[in-house]
Amino acid sequence: MSQYQLNHLKQLEAEAIYIIREALSLFERPVLLFSGGKDSITLFHLLKKSYYPQKIGIPLLHVDTGHNFQETISFRDTFVQKEGVKLMVASVEESIDKGDVVEEKGVGASRNFLQSATLMKSIEENQFDCLFGGARRDEEKARAKERFFSHRNEFGEWDPKNQRPELFGLQNGHLRRGEHFRVFPLSNWTELDVWQYILEEKIDLPSLYFAHERRVFERQKTIYAYENYVQLSPEEEITIKNIRFRTIGDVTCTGAVESTADSVEKVIEEIKMAKVTERGTRMDDQRSETAMEDRKKQGYF
Amino acid sequence: MIEKDMLRFCTVGSVDDGKSTLIGRLLYDTNSLCDDQVEMLQKVSKKRGQDFIDFSLLTDGLKAEREQGITIDVAYRYFSTEKRKFIIADCPGHVQYTRNMITGSSSSQLVLLLVDARKGVLEQTRRHLFLSSLLGIKHLVICINKMDMVNYDERVFHNAINEVKQFLVRMDIHDVHFIPLSALKGENIVKKSENFSWYEGPTLLYLLENIHVMADGNFIDGRFPVQMVIRPMREEFHDFRGLAGRVESGVFRPGDEVMVLPLGLETKVKSITTMDGEQTEAFYPQSVCLTLDDEYDVSRGDMVVKKNNRPEVSQDLDVMLCFMGNQELDTKKRYLVKQTTREVKAYIREVIYKIDINTLRKVNEGALRIVANDIARVKMRLSAPLFFDDFKKNRNTGVVILMDEVSNETIATGIIDHRELSS
Repeated sequence: MSQYQLNHLKQLEAEAIYIIREALSLFERPVLLFSGGKDSITLFHLLKKSYYPQKIGIPLLHVDTGHNFQETISFRDTFVQKEGVKLMVASVEESIDKGDVVEEKGVGASRNFLQSATLMKSIEENQFDCLFGGARRDEEKARAKERFFSHRNEFGEWDPKNQRPELFGLQNGHLRRGEHFRVFPLSNWTELDVWQYILEEKIDLPSLYFAHERRVFERQKTIYAYENYVQLSPEEEITIKNIRFRTIGDVTCTGAVESTADSVEKVIEEIKMAKVTERGTRMDDQRSETAMEDRKKQGYF
Repeated sequence: MIEKDMLRFCTVGSVDDGKSTLIGRLLYDTNSLCDDQVEMLQKVSKKRGQDFIDFSLLTDGLKAEREQGITIDVAYRYFSTEKRKFIIADCPGHVQYTRNMITGSSSSQLVLLLVDARKGVLEQTRRHLFLSSLLGIKHLVICINKMDMVNYDERVFHNAINEVKQFLVRMDIHDVHFIPLSALKGENIVKKSENFSWYEGPTLLYLLENIHVMADGNFIDGRFPVQMVIRPMREEFHDFRGLAGRVESGVFRPGDEVMVLPLGLETKVKSITTMDGEQTEAFYPQSVCLTLDDEYDVSRGDMVVKKNNRPEVSQDLDVMLCFMGNQELDTKKRYLVKQTTREVKAYIREVIYKIDINTLRKVNEGALRIVANDIARVKMRLSAPLFFDDFKKNRNTGVVILMDEVSNETIATGIIDHRELSS
């Protein structure tokens, strides 16, 4: 009997492709939320497998805070060119300039919280009915409650207490005009699964994920990259450290870890030994105990 | 190559039987928790004046849940050992337990059921056993928890086993394991405890790591529902027309004689195409792309089956309906029914009986109103035929969901059963 056996990565891959194909069939205007981070890059790889040998037929959407790592943006631009896919950019800076949102000021200011409004605007303008996202349930306690197909009302809101049951993997994609779904094919993957898959499938990632020297400063026991738009408090000072990033978001809210892991294999070893959760260095999650849940309810990824 | 397999299980139990503690223990004792999580647990537990670590804080993810101290919805947890990756669907025992247990166990291979040693087998325990059997669960692990509160008394354990076994005689689950343990003290979960000198069986983790589940799949009846049609329109794949989908059961190989439903067209499998190259076989749960020898007009919702092994094809369906809608079931209304990748309309022709979830007896007198958390045997009439197997034979092609056309909600799941269930 054991001849019909798949290892855990192949099972997760098969499940993700199944979910992606259901969504591609049930929705009219899907888009892939693409941050240039490892999860969205992995998701892109799975989309390719879902379509193969057809080319990916949906665009990529990047919600750009304007405070990105230069490495992410150059990786993103090379990536879309090489893959021959369409990239759309929803700019938070534009939302600020138009007065749709108001920017935070001072020490610890971040545009992370402004992304939801910019995203919603793009959804309305483009009439997207399905947004593929690389979020995983193991990342955060509110995300542990997510469905593969997560319904959003016409305001983009998530109602975690009243979610549609997912039974026997049969997906219900029915919606009213103006509503949409977030679809999370990587729901059952952990950080380690993603890295092991990246190793197996030889997936390219931005250099930020691997150990390198960088100008950094420390805030509340977390190391942050220094860029000239970051406002420091008097006791904070800039030093140079050997670091890497476990998650990549906006510069202002993504903490780094000191590391010497300069290859996928070494990163995997490091994660196995890690004593802090992946998002433990994310300032956006640390603002309160329910920071993620609160943002998600309002339309965050 | 990483050779690790995967086990999906769900945890169920009654109120206050220590389920969260058990899950927390499993995660903690397998080093699956990180320092920041443990710190958070200690901090919040202390703030609330609890002198032990409250592991439920790990599983209760929503603000409302933590405020009220109850779990509202199924939460998913992950941990991993050298041998296996585990996916836990944690089903709350408080509100909507039927809906939650059905949701959690529908994607599970094993049910882990908790029994409080002090209370023994309760009505709720029997309901969980009944639902496990109804939902086609093949492996059951029954943990008799809080053994430390009954002085590790062997008789308590054996009494519970006997009670469960008596009940299971009428059920359709054959692989059942019993473990006495204390989740709070971490005994018999990852490590054996000397307090159970009379217990010679495995620890919970050993059992979860070694229980044999791969043979559970159906590798006999070839069923391939078409999800989407792949037309590359590229030079190197000029005439390529592929059928993308997941093998729901059986094994497909190039050269296999197949039939495409509903038209009943006969042809052969030409290739099994994936981005990793052409495959020599495909089986559940692989997602692949099939091409056929003949260029038929095949679309989503059609099904490729083996020529000599066909599913039932019918517009009439007998199901055990597990209802979870907010409004009661309306026999005058049209509903949407989804099975594999096929969607049709349906109405309820007849409610034959309802199961009293407390006594597990059939109720077939008076007006049979079906409301949330009810289980009922119904006859449905469909707008077009479905291609299905009996649920007992095929867990993937033997099940439907019902959706409300107006609210778009998923209101029920139906377990296809064309034989009469014993009660």
